[in-house]
Order: sequence, then C-alpha cells, then structure tokens
Amino acid sequence: MSAKITPMRSAAESALIERFPALKAALPGLASAREDAFATFAAAGLPTRRVEAWKYTDLRAAMREAAPLAIRPNAAEIAVALKGHSPLAGQGAVTLSFVNGYHVATKGGPPNGVSITPLAEALTGGHPLLSKIGALKLAQGDLALSLNTAFMTDGAIIHVAEDANVEGPIALRFVTSGATAVATAARVLMVVEAGATVMLVESHEGQGALAHQPNTAFEIIAGDKSVVHHVRLGLNSTGAVALSTLTADLGAETSLTSVNVALTGAVTRHQVFARFSGGNARAQINGATLLSSTQHADSTLVVEHAAEPGGESRELFRTIVDDEAAGVFQGKIIVQPHAQKTDGRMASNAVLLSEGAAMYNKPELEIFADDVACAHGATCGALDDELLFYLMSRGITKAEAEALMIESFVGAAIDFIDHEPIRDILHGLVQDWLQARAARLNAGALTVS
Amino acid sequence: MPAVQETIDQVKAIDVSEYKYGFITDVEMEKPAKGLTEATVRYISARKNEPAWMLDWRLDAFRRWKTMTEPTWARVSYPEIDFQDIYYYAAPKMNGAPKSLDEVDPAILDAYKKLGIPLREQEILAGVEPQNRVAVDAVFDSVSVVTTFRAELAKAGVIFCSISDALQEHPELVRKYIGTVVPVTDNYYATLNSAVFTDGSFVFIPKGVRCPMELSTYFRINEKNTGQFERTLIIAEEGSYVSYLEGCTAPQRDENQLHAAVVELITMDNAEIKYSTVQNWYPGDANGKGGIYNFVTKRGDCRGKNSKISWTQVETGSAITWKYPSCILRGDGSRGEFYSIAVSNGMQQVDSGTKMIHLGKNTTSRIISKGISAGRSQNTYRGLVSAHRKATNARNFTNCDSLLIGNQCGAHTVPYIESKTSTATFEHEATTSKISEDQLFYCMQRGLSAEDATALIVNGFVKDVLQQLPMEFAVEAQKLISISLEGSVG
Repeated sequence: MSAKITPMRSAAESALIERFPALKAALPGLASAREDAFATFAAAGLPTRRVEAWKYTDLRAAMREAAPLAIRPNAAEIAVALKGHSPLAGQGAVTLSFVNGYHVATKGGPPNGVSITPLAEALTGGHPLLSKIGALKLAQGDLALSLNTAFMTDGAIIHVAEDANVEGPIALRFVTSGATAVATAARVLMVVEAGATVMLVESHEGQGALAHQPNTAFEIIAGDKSVVHHVRLGLNSTGAVALSTLTADLGAETSLTSVNVALTGAVTRHQVFARFSGGNARAQINGATLLSSTQHADSTLVVEHAAEPGGESRELFRTIVDDEAAGVFQGKIIVQPHAQKTDGRMASNAVLLSEGAAMYNKPELEIFADDVACAHGATCGALDDELLFYLMSRGITKAEAEALMIESFVGAAIDFIDHEPIRDILHGLVQDWLQARAARLNAGALTVS
Repeated sequence: MPAVQETIDQVKAIDVSEYKYGFITDVEMEKPAKGLTEATVRYISARKNEPAWMLDWRLDAFRRWKTMTEPTWARVSYPEIDFQDIYYYAAPKMNGAPKSLDEVDPAILDAYKKLGIPLREQEILAGVEPQNRVAVDAVFDSVSVVTTFRAELAKAGVIFCSISDALQEHPELVRKYIGTVVPVTDNYYATLNSAVFTDGSFVFIPKGVRCPMELSTYFRINEKNTGQFERTLIIAEEGSYVSYLEGCTAPQRDENQLHAAVVELITMDNAEIKYSTVQNWYPGDANGKGGIYNFVTKRGDCRGKNSKISWTQVETGSAITWKYPSCILRGDGSRGEFYSIAVSNGMQQVDSGTKMIHLGKNTTSRIISKGISAGRSQNTYRGLVSAHRKATNARNFTNCDSLLIGNQCGAHTVPYIESKTSTATFEHEATTSKISEDQLFYCMQRGLSAEDATALIVNGFVKDVLQQLPMEFAVEAQKLISISLEGSVG
C-alpha cells in the first residue's frame, strides 16, 4: 500500500521538541551544529519501519516516552554508579569513566603521544579539533546520530600524535545509572594522525532493569597509514533502548579493526558508517551478538569505498538468538565508480536457538565500478544437527555440545581482537551468557529446540 | 576483475541501438478518449461485454486507486507519469470478433510474421513434431487477436483463451480465482490494472492433466500513447502440469509507454506451473529517450501440497523494469523457483527480483539471479525470502551475481531475509563457487573449468526452458544465457 501517511507526533517526539530550546541554551558549544541536527530530527521524527534504514527496528514504537536528558551527577550518585564491577576494569593504560554521559574520573595518565580532553571542557573552553566533530559528513541524515549531535553533553576529544605507537588501550567506561530512567548523549572524537597505532576500548554498562536511553557516538578519523583497533562492549540495563554509532574515515593505507559485542539491553542498535577516503585502506568490522528473552538487537553497517584503489573490507557478524528475541543485520557495501580494485566481503550468520526466535538479514551491495570483487553471504538456521550428533556421540551432553558450538560460532567474530586479555574477558562474557542459558534450561523455563 | 571481452561483445550485440522489433504497424484503431475516469472503466467493460460483477470489481479498484500514491521505494527514477495522457484501450477496427484468421487485418498478421510468431495452425503443423507445438495467444495492444489450438486443447480439457473470452465462456472460473493471488489493493499498479485491464490469457488445466503442448502469449504494443494492461490467470488443478511462455515487444518511439500487468498463478495439490518470460519491450534509445515502463505484478500461489511454481525470466527490454515474480508457498511441501537473467544497456533501469514467502511446512525455494549492466544503466536485484513461524523446515538457497561492464553503470543487490522459525535454513550467497560444491566438483572432475562448470549448473535449467521458445528472439535469449560470469563482482 502506498497511501501517504503523515503520522502524528508521538509523545516522545513532542517531548523532545518541547525540551530542545531550553537544552540548547543550557548545553555548551556547537550551537548551529546542534540546531541543524535537531532540525533533521524534527523534520523526520523518530524512525519507524517505513524508513528503509530502520525497517526492522521501530524506534518510534520502542521509545514511547523520551526519558529526560540526564544532568551532571553529584558525588554520591557517581560513587553509586561506579561501585559495580566493570568487566574491562584495569585493561586501559588510561581509563576515563563517564556517568550518565558526563566525564567523572580519569585513572592513569595519557600514554605518550596521546592527549585527551573531556568534551564538555572543549565545548566550553574551545579546542582546536572541535570543528572536526561531524565535519566529515558521514551518516548524514541518520536520526540516531542527529539526536546525539543535538543533545551531546560530554565525552572526549582524543588526539593521537603522528607516528605514535600508543602503549596499552585507551579505555572509556560509560555507566548509566539512576533511580529513574534517563537519556544520555556522550560523544567521542578520536583523531589519529598519520602512522600512529592505537587501541580504543569502550564499555557501556547499565544497572538494573530501567529503560535508560543511552545514545552514544564515536567518530574516528584515521590518518594515512595509521592502525586503529576498536572494541565495544554493550552491557546496557536490561530495559534499555540503546543507540550507538561509530563513524570512521580511513585515510590511505590505514587499517581499522572494530569489534562490537552486544549482550544486554531491551532494544539496541549499533551502527557503523565507514568510509575509505584514501586508497588501499583495510577494515575488519565484526559483531558478536547474543540475545535471549524478548531482546531486540540491530547491527547496521554502511561501508563506502570511495577511493582508488578501493581497498579491502571484511565484515563478519555472528548472532545467536534464543527465546523470543529478534536479531537484525543490515549491511551495505557501496563501491563508488572510481574505487576500482575494491575487495569487499560481508557475512552475516545467525543461529536461532528457539522456535520463537527471529532473524532479519539485509546484506546489500551497491556497486558502480566494474573491476571489483564484492561478496555477501547471509545464513540463518538452527545449530547443525550433524555437528551436534558428532559431539554427543563422543559423550558430550547435548547442553554442553550446544554451548561449545555457540561459543566457537560467536568466538570467530571476537577472535579478531588483537589484545589477548580483552579477548579473554569477552570470551568469558560469552561463557557467562551460556551459563545463564543453561540455568534457564535447567529451570525448565524453556525447552531446547 | 573486469568482464571478459566475449561477454562485452555479447552484451553489445543486444545494446539498445540494436533493437529489432521497433517497427510500427499501420492499422486503423478504435480508442476511447484519452485519460482515465469512471467512464473509461465503463467503456472498457462494455466493449468486452462483461458481466455486471466484473464492472463493479473494476469500479471498486478504480475508486481505491484514486486514493493511492505511486510507490517510490524502487531504485528507478522517471518523470511523473500523467495518467490522464494515456489511451487505456486501443483495438484494431473490426466488424465484430474475427471468426478466423482470414478476418484479421493482414497488416496485423504481417506484424506477427515479422516477429516470427506462428499464428496459423497448419503452418506450424507442417514439419513440426506434435510434442513441440506451441499454442499462441496473440495480444495486440488491448485485444487478443487470435488464440491457436483452442479446439485441440479443449479435447484434453484444457481451457486456453484470452481473459475476455474466459469472461464470456467461463465467468464462474474467472470470478472464483481473479484477485485471489494479487488482491485489488495489492499495490498502485496492480490496482490500476484491476480497474482497466484489457486482455491477457486465461489458462485452466483440469485435475490430472498434463497440458499436451506449451502455451504462450505474445504481447505487442503498437499504438502510440497507449498503455497496455494485461491480466493473466493460470490455474493448475490437482496433479496437473503446464508450461507457459510469454514474449513481448513494442515499436521504437520517443515517448514512454506504460505496461502495467498482473499475472496470477494458482497451483493445487501436486500441480506444477512453469512460467517463462522473454521480456524485450522497446528499451529507449542510447540517451534514454522513449521506451516502455514495465511495472508488473506477478505472483504465484502454491495452494496445494507439494505443488510447484517456477519463474524463469530473461529481461533485456524496457526503459524501466519494476517486477518481482513471487511465490507464496502455502501448501506443505510446496516449492518455488526463480531464475532470472536481467541485462541492462543504454540508460535502462531494472529493479527486479522475487519474493519467496514460506508459510507451509517443508517448503523449499531457490533463487538464481544474474544481473548484467552495461552502458549507463542501473540494475538492481531486490528480493525477499521470509519464513513464517509455522513454516517448519523451510529451506531457501539464493544466489545472485552481478556483472558490470564499464564504470558508468551500477549493480545493486538488496536482499531481505526474514526468518521467524529456528528450523528454517536460509542461505544467501553471492559467490559463484558456492553453488552446490558437489555438482561443481562432479563437472570439474570431468575436465570442465570452474567457470564452465558454474555456467553449466546455473544455466542448465534455463536452457531447458528457452529451447522451447517459439519466438525468433529465443536465439538471443540462448546467447544471453551463455554469457560468461567471469568478472562477476558479487
């Protein structure tokens, strides 16, 4: 049906529109960028399934109410928020902690060649790199990013000097906490100068079951011949509607590895927009998602090869869907007319563990150059019976065999992380998930499919 | 890797400037006033002497259509169509329906002769093996000129006639099935078609009958400023089988002409329909002037257990193609297949693909699509594979390849894969080497190169269908399917 429908503003949309003028006056810096971004949102509203890029994630329905934008927490609130154990604690050479989108603590000094400025400080006091925020025009018109830009409260500007070989990861810990649900909008810009090597690790943690609405955005500008490792861990509160965006601009001969591990949150969407601006760059973008209960997780990816030679991109997304959960993968590889010799390969594999589980795959290609190799594969189905039988015939119980298969299945996406302790921690989290599943099964709450 | 020279030459051979069917037949035509109003709908219905229920159905569709807006989601762009600047009905002037071929305007017969479509049964009979005969329904603008072999088919119980004749002779069958696969409200163009459809074929294969010959319809647009709105309905009762072929051409004109068809297929238990299309509408010139807008809704409904619908299409024509032959796999154990080769040249825009909707248990589907774009054309594969919660053990295999010739054109793939049951197994692959490793190995073991083996496997079934084609351009279709996949970009 194609009848034109102009939906009425939802309660959440109206609330956001009502709040914006006051917040704009209160939030520091980048006034015109905020205004433009908000205008984009106001014109389009929260995306529904009618918006192609959000076809499988109806944000308007998921975000019935717009939680109020969190204010800077006081000392007592910070203490409560940071009390819990962070899975990635102690992994960073420097660790920045954020509570409800505000920078509250820094542990360790910045490694050699790295300077870090909290974004709120930069927005108030000015910063030479401030103009780079949103300047690359990646993900234009995207509504999650627009909302982040309009409401960004704090975050960080990270600069990595030319040829710096940064020791140890830069870790960012984001905790969402409070007695009632809040919205947060943290923004991080990392400019990596030519020839530098750096690893960035972000973890997003939420306590309890409140329907927090974190919306974070990371921008990475990778200079020529730089090497960037990026790891993201999504451990939001179980009721959270969490949005996150990563934009990456890759200079000539750069290498980017980005791995996202998504575990908790009621409705989550992680989007990656990567552009190959320089020739012969390389990117490996992975996702490992484990879902249970009625969770809904969306991984959306746009990789644009815009330079000649077009470079090499590899995308591997592995999704495990249990109970009544739903997984979404939307990936698009764009090859511009001059981006000859591009080599792009995208794979999305999903395993559905229960009858009520669902998976939606949309692996798109958009190719304008004739001398390229692009492939995309998408599979979904149950665990392989034959493999299961093989393992069981060797005396392994069905539950254990399933766990082994799941672990190796999602592990393939995690193994690309070039940092053993962090890789082990993430594998550990997968094991925790499997143990929780085993407990559910033992409790007889569900039957194995 | 760029396309190999041989492929480039083959695609060039069917470039838009090489269009061979662009001639115009000069026949006196009968048309109502331009434009679309309720009066136009009434005129068409009256011309065809339709039962009252059919007119009501059309009028209902027309009223709905007025409330709808044109879809914009496809990756095609064209200037706004003025639906009031089109003739919705054009028929060669005749005194009543022709009783035999001798009463048909010789100019029309000549046109079909030029196109290589045999309309005289005795000509076909001479020297052609009976099993290789093909019955033809020839549609010229808005009317069916002739349907061959009707009497012989009737002996087997097969009804093969134009939909206008079916409305006169078997109104109960038409009423029972029309609009049950593509509802009146399905989409903008299907609704438009429901209001103003003119002619097309009606096929009914009774229980247990294997249709004794191939059936085919040849659509020709001739008159200028005229839209063609064909409607085809094929019903295969329990245990029956039919193979149906469709061909289409149009004259070379600077204006764009609209072709909005609806095709509905229905298979009952253990029945099979094989539907093949060679679409060669005028594609416009090298600068994109003129050409047919081909906005078509084709859908098959596998209603019965273990029934099967197979779509094969060779798409080389049309300025714009917007077409998604689909299968609703409702019956348990039913099977849907879609084999497509779409070649775009010049400024052509193709947005085509399929939908496989798995509803029944143990349903299977296969999609093989090859898109080749050259010149400044855009070629999009858009497909949906979905499994309903109750579609246990559904299986799908999809393979779509694209080939680009030059960097002025674009190839796009937009697959939607939706699985709501853990027992469904869906595989979507875009690498040529991934087609059945076993078969590939078998062929290669016998000395074929990987490329030859792949082409053999992908094309084996397509060839099978195309060799049956009665039309002259089947030769071109044959050439097309041998096009090398070397240099495929994904």
